[in-house]
Amino acid sequence: MSDTPPRLGLRGISKRFPGVLANDNVSFEVKAGEIHALLGENGAGKSTLVKMIYGIMQPDAGEISWNGERVVIPNPKVARKLGIGMVFQHFSLFEALTVLENIALGMDAKIPQRELEGRIKQVMEQYGLTLDPRRIVSDLSVGERQRIEIVRALLSNPTLLIMDEPTSVLTPQEVEQLFVVLRQLAKEGCSILYISHKLHEIKALCETATILRGGKLVDTCDPRVETSRSMAEKMIGGNLRDIHKPAGRSFGREKLVVTELSMPGLGHFGMSLKDISFRAHAGEIFGIAGVAGNGQTALLLALSGEATTDDAQAIRIEGEEIGGLNAKQRRLKGLASVPEERNGHAAVPDFTLSDNSVLTGRDRLRLAISGIIRPGRARRYTGEVISAFDVKTTGTEATAGSLSGGNLQKYIMGREILQKPQVLVVSQPTWGVDAGAAAAIHQALVDLAAAGSAIVIISQDLDELLQLCDTLAVINGGRLSRAMKVSEADINEIGLLMGGIHGEGAAAAPSAPAPSAIGAEATSAA
Amino acid sequence: MRLRLEKRQEPSRLMVVVTPIAAVLLTMLIGVIVFDAIGINGQKAVVDIFLTPLLASYKWQDVAVKAAPLIIIALGLSIGNRANVWNIGAEGQYIIGALCAAGVGIAAGGAGGPVIVMLMVLAGVAGGAAWAAIPAALRTRFSVNEILSSLMLTYVATQILGYLVGGPWKDPNGRNFPATAPLIPDQTLPILVPGTTIHLGVLIAVILPFVFWAIMARSVFGFQIRVVGSAPQAARHGGFDSKQTIWLAMLIGGGMAGLAGSLEFTGALKAINLGFPSGYGFTAIIVSFLGRLHPIGCLIAGIVLADTYVGGQLAKTSVHIPDSTAGIFQAMMLFFILASDIFVRYRLRIVRTQKAAPAMAAGE
Amino acid sequence: MNVEFFVAAIVTIVGLSTPILLAGLGELVAEKSGVLNLGVEGMMLIGAIAGFAASVITGNPWLAVVAAAVAGALSASLFGFFVLTLNSNQVATGLALTIFGTGLSSLLGLNYTGRIVMQFGSVFPPALAKHPIWQVLFGYSPIVYFAIIMVGLVSWFLRKTRSGLILRAVGENDLSAHSIGYSVIGVRYAAVAFGGAMAGIGGAYFSMVITPMWAERMTAGRGWIALALVVFAGWRPARLLWGAYFFGILMALELYAKASGFSFLPSQFWAAMPYLMTVVVLAIISSRAAGGGNAPACLGKPFLPAN
Repeated sequence: MSDTPPRLGLRGISKRFPGVLANDNVSFEVKAGEIHALLGENGAGKSTLVKMIYGIMQPDAGEISWNGERVVIPNPKVARKLGIGMVFQHFSLFEALTVLENIALGMDAKIPQRELEGRIKQVMEQYGLTLDPRRIVSDLSVGERQRIEIVRALLSNPTLLIMDEPTSVLTPQEVEQLFVVLRQLAKEGCSILYISHKLHEIKALCETATILRGGKLVDTCDPRVETSRSMAEKMIGGNLRDIHKPAGRSFGREKLVVTELSMPGLGHFGMSLKDISFRAHAGEIFGIAGVAGNGQTALLLALSGEATTDDAQAIRIEGEEIGGLNAKQRRLKGLASVPEERNGHAAVPDFTLSDNSVLTGRDRLRLAISGIIRPGRARRYTGEVISAFDVKTTGTEATAGSLSGGNLQKYIMGREILQKPQVLVVSQPTWGVDAGAAAAIHQALVDLAAAGSAIVIISQDLDELLQLCDTLAVINGGRLSRAMKVSEADINEIGLLMGGIHGEGAAAAPSAPAPSAIGAEATSAA
Repeated sequence: MRLRLEKRQEPSRLMVVVTPIAAVLLTMLIGVIVFDAIGINGQKAVVDIFLTPLLASYKWQDVAVKAAPLIIIALGLSIGNRANVWNIGAEGQYIIGALCAAGVGIAAGGAGGPVIVMLMVLAGVAGGAAWAAIPAALRTRFSVNEILSSLMLTYVATQILGYLVGGPWKDPNGRNFPATAPLIPDQTLPILVPGTTIHLGVLIAVILPFVFWAIMARSVFGFQIRVVGSAPQAARHGGFDSKQTIWLAMLIGGGMAGLAGSLEFTGALKAINLGFPSGYGFTAIIVSFLGRLHPIGCLIAGIVLADTYVGGQLAKTSVHIPDSTAGIFQAMMLFFILASDIFVRYRLRIVRTQKAAPAMAAGE
Repeated sequence: MNVEFFVAAIVTIVGLSTPILLAGLGELVAEKSGVLNLGVEGMMLIGAIAGFAASVITGNPWLAVVAAAVAGALSASLFGFFVLTLNSNQVATGLALTIFGTGLSSLLGLNYTGRIVMQFGSVFPPALAKHPIWQVLFGYSPIVYFAIIMVGLVSWFLRKTRSGLILRAVGENDLSAHSIGYSVIGVRYAAVAFGGAMAGIGGAYFSMVITPMWAERMTAGRGWIALALVVFAGWRPARLLWGAYFFGILMALELYAKASGFSFLPSQFWAAMPYLMTVVVLAIISSRAAGGGNAPACLGKPFLPAN
């Protein structure tokens, strides 16, 4: 069949954002009726690529061809007209309205309700997507909500359907049902571009897999034939970074002990934590790797104290049970934290840097005594942070919102590190930060560990973790893998764990997963 | 050529101060124009409403006495508004505060003296706070929007007032008019300036803003209020409990409104009748916005609004406009200050439009 | 207790219910689009004076009602400008509108105190309209029937038309509606203006039907009851109708208690009832669903597209 042009062709596609090359000369083809996987970690460039196919963005270089002809796709409406449909990872649904009304709102053309209902029923029957059009969306399960999005996309008769991480919100049974639908679509000639990081699904469903890493295309292969290990290796990168840590370093006593920590998910779609256990010793840098949306946000909030648990002994610092304590109390016990969101969570953009120091330092550093703030002390401390961490700012009274991303992150890290915590938990320490600031932050973390603190780094940047950490575990579906020494780690095993395939002795696939919507936001970064 | 709004890097401190002044001036200007248009001497009307009470020394006591409750209530409301807690029921809390003070006074019988008066005032604070506790509880336990609940309770309070002054607490010597018996002198607040109506409550209204200023600027509590209102997630990260903040904000707002009510009762009016609810609870919302939610701003804005109340009454006799006209000006000042908020965050720029680049719609 | 008593009672109740039904219906539409307009009382008073003045000037009550609607819509659009274009705080702006409307109507009404206007003729033939018993159904002013018809129209509009669907979508999830391509601001302006028009007509009911006179602050707080009514009805037009009559009964009981000295429960108890009931209903519906029950999810929140 090599004379029929491919349904979708990408040639030399590149896209640059300030500071990062999101897609670098990517070329591949999707044949008619093919189920084609797009595989890669966060930041590999998958979402950027797909946004360009759907017309949300334009490539800086390269061309897109549709059924052999060169096309320009300036907006999603044009994409839909060509026959490209997309089911997003995050649904934009109206909770209080019915299924039928939601679909009607999303249609380009105005179709009378009766007729629309008829067509919806027909599509549902054709693909076995059972849904009562009259039901209100807020009553539906997550899997059912996704079906609304799928039906909406199918109603415009697509010949290419893009699915963005569709199974992160589904139960195993719902995943199977989805696969049935997708296979049927493919049989009828519709091509499917399936974005995922889950290796076992890609092996089960897809005929072709294009693997991206760091914006570049690594390989296009046949997942039915390739092993999971080799795909994981390509996904993460085969060459291990040089790790500048002498093997066999000894650590001090246990600083942080987490034992079978379970927490419910945040909000409607939050990923719950299930029996998380690990230990961090003095002088140790413990890394938690994972693709976004697997419980990282919930884990940080559970450790920082913003979410407390009834099981007080699940989190212990230097032997003391702190599971029931809030953030302020945990700080007094020596646990500091840095959440991934700089603006609005780690720092208040409208407040001065001095005031932001008071936010977390008031008790431990006595920046406030008996309920009264000492502005002089706060200013002095802030000054120390600014000079020690080389924060470029007009002074201690500059508002946090006026700092650049890298500088604000340096300030926040400095604010916590100079409080000399016993345990420091950080999430995404260098996300969106320029290389210079990132290097400074990394060094500061290493120095803090050398001074005897235990550090836990939750990050989606595996390179960062491999560079910094002594010990590594992988979070997936709200569960934590066993801890591995980085110096002895098998990169392929890490990749498999990130891809949801557990090694020997692993439990069955987690039930009722649902990723944290907040964590998953970071997926679309560049 | 087009006007465009450009976000400022930092909120403009200058604008924060300039805009309330501009709002007042603009209101005066529009007032002159509108009145002239409908055949009333615009200049005289506006001068009487805004300036005469401040210039005529015999009117100062009226302005002072009227400003006291406005300032006190606004102080409490500003705390809440800063924390994004919207207490619209200050009028109701004001009423309940006054009723509690009256209740203590009646229970004390003929007894008086500073201790009794202090108890009456404290009862007012407690009553107002208790009335505000209802929407606070509804919000923290049932997620009920406090705007709606506090508003509804205002009208319930009005009815309670009507019942009490028309029934059990009606003055037996009062010609069957629904009102409480006037307070005996021993149960009233002392007059500060002899020969005037300026009572102790006025002094409290002048001192409290400074107390609040100190608390908001220097205390951890003030910090808590500011963080919760500005970035609730950061507040939790900093270890502040949002439920506790809601309770405190509502209780303070209610307590202040109750205080104002009891001070007005024991200091100025000395009796409660059906006309007691004069809308201070709502006007105080204007005061707190005009004062930019800052305690000293509330002090100044309270004087400005009291000035318009007194001026409105003056204008009634001098140019024959109804005293509810003061409301038009008060509302206009609020409109202008709300509209001008945008200039604190954004800068107005004149840009030359260029031809848009063809084809590519590089949306997000 | 004879038939005449019941007839009189029902006629009274309908008369009390109609203005809050009208204002409530308008506010319901505005709130469904996500805008909380606390200025209902002010808009009603503006409508009352506008209708009255127009009636004096033109002598035509129908034109006067239209004038009341237009005046209400204009004042609501002023509110809309501040809240939708300048993104000002909805609560404070609504209160400002109430205070402004009260003051403005008093000022404009200065020349009209003491005047009397032409009333509406009855809609149905006198044999029915003035009949001692059948007047219960046929004896009302046209505004009453208009209000009831509007309940049906608004209900149909919201549930069965595409525009109504878009309006509800805007109130539920303004960001999604915006990303689909609908004009959130435009829809809200229209909804708010409609709310103002209905409030204006509701106000005119006071100055043109209940008593054919103008007096300062004659709506006596009914605007606030209309706000309570919208919440009590769970933002549903059909429930609004029953709720309005229910509140009307409570208001009638208050009047009866005041007039007859019926002392089992004081009149103020009945007067407070609509508000208390609303608070109770609020507690029930808010705690049940994840914060808000039927309240439009965007109610009271400014529209801030990520730009």
